[in-house]
Amino acid sequence: MSVLEVSHITKTFGSKHVLSDVNLTFEEGKIYGLLGRNGAGKSTLLSIMTNRIFAGEGEVKIDSENVDDNDAKLGLMYLMSEVNLYADGWKLKQIIKDSESFYGSFNHELADRLITEFGLDINQKFGKLSTGYNSIFKLILALCLPVKFVLLDEPVLGLDANHRELFYSELIQSYSDNPRTFIISTHLIEEVANIISDVIVLDQGRVILNQPVEDVLAKTHSVVGPEKDVDQYTQGLNVIGHDNMGSIRANYVYGDLDDRILPDTVQLSNFDLQKLFIYLTNQYEGSAHHEDK
Amino acid sequence: MMKFEFNSSEPIYRQVAEQIEDAVASGGFEEGQQIPSTTEISKEFHINPATVLKGMNIVVAKNLIEKRRGLGMFVQQGARQRILEEKRNSFFEEFVVNLVREARNLDISEDELLELVKRGYKR
Repeated sequence: MSVLEVSHITKTFGSKHVLSDVNLTFEEGKIYGLLGRNGAGKSTLLSIMTNRIFAGEGEVKIDSENVDDNDAKLGLMYLMSEVNLYADGWKLKQIIKDSESFYGSFNHELADRLITEFGLDINQKFGKLSTGYNSIFKLILALCLPVKFVLLDEPVLGLDANHRELFYSELIQSYSDNPRTFIISTHLIEEVANIISDVIVLDQGRVILNQPVEDVLAKTHSVVGPEKDVDQYTQGLNVIGHDNMGSIRANYVYGDLDDRILPDTVQLSNFDLQKLFIYLTNQYEGSAHHEDK
Repeated sequence: MMKFEFNSSEPIYRQVAEQIEDAVASGGFEEGQQIPSTTEISKEFHINPATVLKGMNIVVAKNLIEKRRGLGMFVQQGARQRILEEKRNSFFEEFVVNLVREARNLDISEDELLELVKRGYKR
């Protein structure tokens, strides 16, 4: 079992701290969701992990070995991102060939099926691809190369709803056939919420959440009822947001409820990952109030 | 067949287990019949395969479905009857208690509620 470790990664661009002491461990065979608002540092982190840019401090290791300039270890990862590594004039077939020789093999059978399913014209030049097909082509590479860690930065960028559906299904099929680690960075939280096993939230360059999704959701509680009763019940709990509808109030709690007594007028339920994300990453903006959508 | 409409108020693996049981109870999955594989369910509803497996294992542990090596998951004989029995046992807590609570909220008396239940049976 391979383990990908990120320790004490710090990165500054000029005077701006993009990443501050980021520590993460990625285990083989899990699907991680890497979530964060724009500018939270997700793409920078993924680029550092794959040696595309360098960290100011800290290191990235696979099985205790530093990945810097280490082709054997870098060959265990593939990062699909908006940044294009290929020249516009290159033919898709040539890119596949080159990738195959760097990574050692390529799953042509799967690639052929995906090419047909997505309707990709493989005889094109890379620069001629639309945004959607640019993503699709890079996703096909990501799924067909023999890597242990597949890093996907905004994988469905430019894909229509049908192609997004198809991609998620193929991702699961590929993962079932060949369990390996996926790290998916996305803004479309609802679409991946049930696919990921673990969730990592970056906020302003810091890791503010890093846990199995199931554990995280078990700690979300929406407490709804008359304002006075709700506020009294949630006193001393970690209230991260609230909604008001007339005199009815919903307080959103993240954390364990102690065995305090629930008044008859108050109802408890869980809330979802997207809502949790919004409240957790919004706390510095001075407003805890949000509409549902 | 399974409907699989998921909500956020209950863990997904438990919803997977419940929906498989519901499909057996309603006859959507018949006894002795093969049910969709973990991968098929995962792909169709975009749920992590480990989560689906965890849900299926709950149903396996209750002896309602069984794994046949190399073939897949099959509904056990007598599963439907056992699920119906379990549902009957939880009927009071799950439905009657809520019904009475809602009736109280609406100022519907016990006699009026009983009348309404009778009317329901006549439809």
